[in-house]
Amino acid sequence: MAEVPRVEFTKGMKKTHTLLLPNMLPVHFKMVREIFVNFGYKAELLTNEGPNVISEGLKYVHNDMCYPAQLVIGQMIDALNSGKYDKHKVALIISQTGGGCRASNYIFLLRKALIKAHMEYIPVVSLSMGLEKNPGFNLTNKMLLQAFAAIAYGDLIALLANQTRPYEIKKGETNKIIEKWTQIIATKFANNSGYIGWAMKRNIIDITKDFDNVKVKKTDKIKVGIVGEIYIKFAPLGNNHLQDFLESEGCEVMIPGLLGYFLYSMQNAHYDKEYYGGFKRKFELPFRSAVITIVEQIELMIYKNVAATTSNFVLPEGFKHEKTLSKGIIDHGVKMGEGWLLSAEILELNELGYPNVVCAQPFGCLPNHIVAKGAIRSINAREPGINIVPIDYDPSTASVNQENRIKLMLSVAKEQLDKKIEEKASHNRARSVRSNLNASVAARTKLDNWEL
Amino acid sequence: MKLGLDIGSTTIKCILIDENKNILFETYKRHFSKIQSTTIELFNMVKPYLENNSVELAISGSAGMGMANRLKIPFVQEVYATRVAVLENIPDTDVVIELGGEDAKILFLKGSLEVRMNGTCAGGTGSFIDQMANLLNIPVEKLDDIAKNYTQTYSIASRCGVYAKGDVQPLINQGAEKSDIARSVFESVANQTVGGLAQGRPIKGNVVYLGGPLTFMSQLRDSLDCILKLKGNCPNHSLYYVSLGTAYLASEIFNLDKVSEDLKIDGTRCKYNAIEPLFNSELEIEEFQSRHAKASLKTTDPTTYKGDAYLGIDSGSTTIKLCIIDKEDNLIYTKYQSNNGDPVESARLFLIEFKENYPDINIKKSCSTGYGEELMKAAFNIEYNVVETMAHYRAAKHFDPLTDFIIDIGGQDIKCFKIENGVIDDIFLNEACSSGCGSFLQTFFDALGYTPQEATKLALTSRAPVDLGTRCTVFMNSLVKQAQKDGAKVEDIFAGLSISVVKNALYKVIRCNSASDLGAHIVTQGGTFLNDAVLRSFEQLLDTKVTRPSQAGIMGAFGCALYAKHMDSVEDIPSTFIDLDHLRNFFHKSVSTYCKGCTNNCHLTINQFSDGRKFTSGNNCERFVRPEHFIEDKENYNLYEFKRNYIRALKPIENAPRGKIGLPLALSMVELMPFYFKFFSELGYEVIKTAWSTRLTFIKGQSQIPSDTACYPAKLVHGHIQELIDEGIKTIIYPSSSYNIDEHKGDNNFNCPLVAYYPELIKHNTEDIINHNITFIDDFVSLHDRKMFVTRMVEILKQLGTFTKKEIKKASVAAYKALEDYSDSVNLQGEKIIEKGRSKNMPIIVLCGRPYHIDPELSHGIDSMLLQLGCVVVTEDSLSKLVPKSKRDVLNQWTYHTRMYDAAKFVTTQEDMNVLQLVSFGCGLDAVTTDEVKSILAEKGKIYTQVKIDEIANLGSVRIRARSLLEALKEAK
Repeated sequence: MAEVPRVEFTKGMKKTHTLLLPNMLPVHFKMVREIFVNFGYKAELLTNEGPNVISEGLKYVHNDMCYPAQLVIGQMIDALNSGKYDKHKVALIISQTGGGCRASNYIFLLRKALIKAHMEYIPVVSLSMGLEKNPGFNLTNKMLLQAFAAIAYGDLIALLANQTRPYEIKKGETNKIIEKWTQIIATKFANNSGYIGWAMKRNIIDITKDFDNVKVKKTDKIKVGIVGEIYIKFAPLGNNHLQDFLESEGCEVMIPGLLGYFLYSMQNAHYDKEYYGGFKRKFELPFRSAVITIVEQIELMIYKNVAATTSNFVLPEGFKHEKTLSKGIIDHGVKMGEGWLLSAEILELNELGYPNVVCAQPFGCLPNHIVAKGAIRSINAREPGINIVPIDYDPSTASVNQENRIKLMLSVAKEQLDKKIEEKASHNRARSVRSNLNASVAARTKLDNWEL
Repeated sequence: MKLGLDIGSTTIKCILIDENKNILFETYKRHFSKIQSTTIELFNMVKPYLENNSVELAISGSAGMGMANRLKIPFVQEVYATRVAVLENIPDTDVVIELGGEDAKILFLKGSLEVRMNGTCAGGTGSFIDQMANLLNIPVEKLDDIAKNYTQTYSIASRCGVYAKGDVQPLINQGAEKSDIARSVFESVANQTVGGLAQGRPIKGNVVYLGGPLTFMSQLRDSLDCILKLKGNCPNHSLYYVSLGTAYLASEIFNLDKVSEDLKIDGTRCKYNAIEPLFNSELEIEEFQSRHAKASLKTTDPTTYKGDAYLGIDSGSTTIKLCIIDKEDNLIYTKYQSNNGDPVESARLFLIEFKENYPDINIKKSCSTGYGEELMKAAFNIEYNVVETMAHYRAAKHFDPLTDFIIDIGGQDIKCFKIENGVIDDIFLNEACSSGCGSFLQTFFDALGYTPQEATKLALTSRAPVDLGTRCTVFMNSLVKQAQKDGAKVEDIFAGLSISVVKNALYKVIRCNSASDLGAHIVTQGGTFLNDAVLRSFEQLLDTKVTRPSQAGIMGAFGCALYAKHMDSVEDIPSTFIDLDHLRNFFHKSVSTYCKGCTNNCHLTINQFSDGRKFTSGNNCERFVRPEHFIEDKENYNLYEFKRNYIRALKPIENAPRGKIGLPLALSMVELMPFYFKFFSELGYEVIKTAWSTRLTFIKGQSQIPSDTACYPAKLVHGHIQELIDEGIKTIIYPSSSYNIDEHKGDNNFNCPLVAYYPELIKHNTEDIINHNITFIDDFVSLHDRKMFVTRMVEILKQLGTFTKKEIKKASVAAYKALEDYSDSVNLQGEKIIEKGRSKNMPIIVLCGRPYHIDPELSHGIDSMLLQLGCVVVTEDSLSKLVPKSKRDVLNQWTYHTRMYDAAKFVTTQEDMNVLQLVSFGCGLDAVTTDEVKSILAEKGKIYTQVKIDEIANLGSVRIRARSLLEALKEAK
């Protein structure tokens, strides 16, 4: 095979070609698509699922390659062959991280797959920090700013929605608010507002209020966190709709957001400097420090405003705190895949009252041998109450096996929850007798729920 | 009363208890995937104990989840149920080990509750034992009895049933005692349970054994006792603990008549993923079958034929194929049968029968091929032997001279070759993992209670075949289970399995997308293609028509017979083939021993024949097999050997002022050993490095491995660390690093995640390090920046004592020098070896791997085997420096990989060099590198050969690959 020729995304294509985006996080990426549209691109989010996606993936990607590669590429080829698009009028976007993990090779694998599928003329655009350039595709500062805002909004919406949906009285209400706000934010972006400063703050408060106003019946639910390899962790296509499954089993789910992963990636350059010496580009580190500071501030601003609006939601403390958590468990030098962040997220979830954790990864995920399965023992040694179940995903694993494992974790979780409820109840009985207070039952129940 | 139902992968167990938890009734039934009807049967057995047929009911078990959901019956997770039952009945239990049909579990009850279940890839369970019993042709109930008479055991890969099969089959073929194999199977299950599941947490105290295999197999319990060094308790009702716990937790009353009614309705629903049927009408089936009936070889009637004939024997993994042809290549007689675990005896009986029945036919020349090729040749004095790929090609070519693609799916292997200009151009063989072959189908047919003929017939009629993907047998079990749960009929499963076999061959082994990738004249061979469902699915998926000889199953033997005839025409040697008298009196026995020729202690099987001759197999050198070919100074032919000796020769300084430190010879440290050895010697330490790994190294560390899907090189690290600890070393150095040496040839100089961070994992999973008995230094430091290395080391070594910066700098200079010396001598020796190869006209094989693959336990002596086959062997790193930096089609960011690309590039410029790439199973990065190396070679028309290695210790399939490569090269000349 000759060298794979790179088909560029030319300036003309911006008008004629539709960019197809993989859908890793349903809420976030919807807004990201809107940003592309606002900046004059035609863009569409891929939502096709089903067995054909997997079989196309198996057909065109090396079967020992990790599952996300098979899914993302399978989804793209499946979409291209669906007849929905003019194959000569589309381009594909794929992210390229450049880390030490095999995921950095996705873009090359995609190009190889296109050649095999005789669609080598379709341009592939790298979504990266300047690893590859295309004349027709230019991430302007404004776009980047809006994209960050979209991530921040997405994290917030997901955070609030996940704490509301399991308790809502009118089914579907929470999802309607998600829909409503992704639309509003997109429109605001189109009008060049809503992604910085006051406007952002106002939106945060309004979003919070909307979710807070959903009528809920708070019950004792098992609280489960999801961590893992980034695609499998977030994408329902990758994790067989894990969140839906957990919610249908009567759990409340928390998934640490994407902003944390971004900050983790930025931060690693500093640890690299510490361990391996200087950088070629002089301004790399100061630039990264500045970005981290700004994003951390935004993060804190968000939580502050939510907290000022209502006390009904459990809020993380932010990246600055999070990154201290994995100290003594896993070294900050471990930076491939989810690296040290994964342990930090598990410990953070535990602090926030989500001691039950599903750690989701592709079958044979290299970094996760170390950072997930390798670190569980140390995490448990420090926090014996954490109930972790690692789950592997691959194209042919029967979901019944995955669900069975998760159910085991849930049985143990249920036992712990029952014990807690029992302890609390007897504690409350004692207290109410002692103080002889006529506190209303309703108020007490509410309090209990939040403390659990 | 309470009823607990445990619906497992193969059986349903049920137990009825009264309010005081007394057991009233217990029983179990194999469900043969008819879960609904079996459940109803069990209900009927329980009803006499009940009032109004009502009872508090709960369901557990992996196959019961769906049913429970649909019928709204409370579901109890099975491990949880076990725990409840154990805490109730044996409250002082520390650890529970429970093996089931497809699950293996360990529950740690004391301290923090921990539950371990087998990973999706681990098959050391009941069905694994079934599979092995099947392979040995022993009813599974007898396996235990037979195992009691063992005298020695073999190492069988315990990671997964498929691998174990790869180990057991050669043992059978080599004639090892069944009792020894049976016991070894149990030991491998015990090893898998402890090694795969314990994950570093020690199993001690009161241990309880539960589940079918442990209840019924005393030898399995004994094996576990031996490994754990304790006496486990297998309580009464040990088979029923899951159902017992489930019964304890049952609290909702159900009427069993009502539930039975619901179950009957339930069985008709269908919601699994169905794919296109194989045929849409009877007519299509007829058309298809009559078309293929045309492809048949001419036959000669043996009762009338007189004169010379030629014999071909293909001794495969599970079957033996024999073929006798006349002078016009017509078939006189063929035989295709299971080898019943004893191929020599099977062949002998056939030959006696043939010679007695047809005394006028004279077998003039004979030839053997297949796994048992050498054994057959030795046993019956067969004149020729040929590598099986070549035998198949010869057969296909005879059949269709224009053949440009052959696919052969046999009992245990898939062989595909592409032919260009009459020469085998590309070879695809299945790896130990992709086991979608004949024996795989056979296993499922047997499990579901059908003969292959019945199953095939059924499959053709399926309206909605199940989509089963392409993974290995262990995965397939659970998928089949799920499909059955979802209402798939047996014909849909058979059709789905057949399609999966083809998909596996196409997408995993050949990795093609369309028929045009393969060729215009495709010939399908192998017994598996006699299954019409497989053949149809092959044509359907590729949208093409292929040729299937109606004798597809014996094409290897036919090719051998043709070869024997061909050789008879080109050389005039006397026939040596065994005569009838000798056949009648022939017997053989095999003895297993360990070679004492060198320190490798290879495992040898010595076959002794009745006439006093001996046949030795199993060792990795020529010392006993062909002493005349034995090479004493291996390092002058084999760069792997040279490297090993170089590192072996590193000697610690004497009277070291600072005491001892230990370095593990594994992963990154293999290549960096000369560096760190020198560095710490210069600093005044007596450096103790571990020796090259053996199987024992793995076993020493296996209970500490947290991730059972990590690669074998990584898993071995635990053993090396443990060896250092056992030697009394108190300080171990094993640095982490994201970055490797920068050779300025790629886009970056990363390590792979495992090489980079395995020290971190060791820190978290080694008992003595967690307890601070050992000073373990795993800090991050890279060699690529010399100044930074010193800065970091000044910081890191503060943990050990006071060192001046000057001291460290001086040591580092010496260390860098030592590393350069090592690299220079490797390069120089590489040149010498190439020269030697050229002067002696030996093929030069570049054994492309990672630096750590020189460990003999990792490469399983493949380098020595190549030497045996008459090649010289060099390494990737001795050649990579010879080409300039160039752009690759992939992100070229790992130092070790860059070398492979560059070495491949260099090979394309050398007529007499070829690449054999070593790939460790589970190495995700090699999904990238294999494709790239292959395309670099393909660009210049070089044959690419890949060998996947894991714990498997048998070289059989590797030898086929290497021999095929060499044969192909010879024919190309």
